[in-house]
Amino acid sequence: MSLLHKNVSAVSEAIFREQRQLRKERLLASPGLIIGFVGFVIILILAVLVPALSSADPNAMVVVDRLKPPSAEHILGTDEFGRDLFVRLMYGARVSLWVGGCVAIFSCVLGVVIGIYASYFKVLDHILMRICDGLIAIPGILLAIALIAALGTSSWNVVVALTIVYTPSVARTVRASAMVVREQPYVEAAKVQGFSDFRILWKLILPGVISPLTVQASFIFAQAIISEASLSFLGAGVPAPAASWGNMLQASKLVFSKAPWTMICPGAAVVVCVLSLNLMGDGLRDFMDPRTKGGAKK
Amino acid sequence: MLSYIAKRILSLIPVMFVVSCVVFLVVYLIPGGPATALLGMEATPEQIEALNTELGFNRPFLVQYADWFTGIFRGDWGESYFLHQSVLEAIAEYFTPTLSLAILAQLFALLLSVPLGILAAYRRGTVLDVASVSISLLGAALPGFMLSMFLMLFFGVYHQWFPVAGYASLAEGIGEHLKYLFVPALSLGIVQAAYITRMTRSSLLETLYKNYIRTARSKGLKEARVVLRYALKNAAPAILTAVGQSFGSLITGTIVTETLFNIPGIGMLTMGSIDRRDVFVIQGVVLFVTFLYVLVNLIVDILYGFVDPRLQPGRK
Repeated sequence: MSLLHKNVSAVSEAIFREQRQLRKERLLASPGLIIGFVGFVIILILAVLVPALSSADPNAMVVVDRLKPPSAEHILGTDEFGRDLFVRLMYGARVSLWVGGCVAIFSCVLGVVIGIYASYFKVLDHILMRICDGLIAIPGILLAIALIAALGTSSWNVVVALTIVYTPSVARTVRASAMVVREQPYVEAAKVQGFSDFRILWKLILPGVISPLTVQASFIFAQAIISEASLSFLGAGVPAPAASWGNMLQASKLVFSKAPWTMICPGAAVVVCVLSLNLMGDGLRDFMDPRTKGGAKK
Repeated sequence: MLSYIAKRILSLIPVMFVVSCVVFLVVYLIPGGPATALLGMEATPEQIEALNTELGFNRPFLVQYADWFTGIFRGDWGESYFLHQSVLEAIAEYFTPTLSLAILAQLFALLLSVPLGILAAYRRGTVLDVASVSISLLGAALPGFMLSMFLMLFFGVYHQWFPVAGYASLAEGIGEHLKYLFVPALSLGIVQAAYITRMTRSSLLETLYKNYIRTARSKGLKEARVVLRYALKNAAPAILTAVGQSFGSLITGTIVTETLFNIPGIGMLTMGSIDRRDVFVIQGVVLFVTFLYVLVNLIVDILYGFVDPRLQPGRK
């Protein structure tokens, strides 16, 4: 008896080791995931640390230093009010990442609740999915503009508007994966055993939808950052004088032909951040896709 | 085919119904009613009350909605309080420049993306392929208006080949019209092209390894003919889908770009309305653009059947 037990544990040990090895190979096969993750973490650390460690005020105006090009004193130059662009960029990162992160989290949580219940209850499915279809039919930024025009401009309203924009697509993805999981024999077995619907949904179906969800969360994070920038650029985003990347771009609209650095710095920040997140999402998708092989490429 | 189109149009009814509810709710849910938004901070409660009564916003919810909903079909989309014209008139007036810009941008996008996507798929793994994939990744990360600013700087400020900003209507001559629209359309087109290139490449990659392509090659057909006629034809539905799906981002991109280039289109109308909190105009614009977006995707769906007869409904 103990011999058998030993064998079993040895075999399972070997399987675990093999799986770990496979995962490692797959991880190394998608460099995008690593590059994107590292890039994003660096931005995150900068956004958290720089404002915390430096005493510079992002809104301090020094009018004599208006529109100064990058120099030793201001490494990224100054804007039209003589505010240091590097300091503003870092404070802006906090706002932009906060908006993006909140939108990603809120829309995922809401999307999971809607998607999972829609996949399980027929009547709810029809109602919820028609509502999602309608919301998806409205171009995202436009819906956000309308909501912000109604609610008034504030960074919370940007988060609310963008969450409403992105939730339906999450709900759809979650519903599609949940439909597949629902048909699995173990869910049927649980039903036969008399599990409550609540327990089936949250204990059995939820784990099956997590992996596509994480991929989508990183894309939504990236999209939300671009959308925040576009909204702020239109004057429907985070209100001035608070710094956000979109806000800084909007401010540079009037002066960028004379002082291109006022546009390039926040613009580059948006591009690098969104690119990192997109690479991370693509990499995660490849990593979680069982068809992607580790080691040599197909 | 006809029954398919009819079915497809019928399936739009619930979508547009939900859209109308959302658009209506946007105005209904304004804290304090739309009058608060229209009159601004200084308005007294009596003024707000009076305007809400005038606009009928103190009637029961369903009555308001029914009235508004039937109004849409009667061509009554509300009045703009600041432009002193009806919303529909305002949209019609501001729509032409947007349409011109969107068409031109789509043209640029197709001219750039389809050849690049074909080349990238055909020369898979080469420098060209890697470059096109990286550019399209970069394009996906770039907010459209950033590129507009760069191109404005390059074409308008540093080289002065094109006017920096502004707009000339078609009535002032097609050359003048295109001169003003070139830079904004190019920047929008490049952003669109990033997405369409990726789709073209991936759909062509799938078809290029199919058996009938091998057959065509072994028959001794010229490579150009194999790729352009046999492979591209089968990749066309995917490209078409990409065009339809990216129309939404094209039109919102147009809105943002217009404000930068001072083009008097829907974007300027929207932006002015945000500043004035002219909620009925915004409501109208959202409804109108969504309708357009849905319509474009309907046309794309119908075109499938023509591009690829296998996708024709009712065919086995």
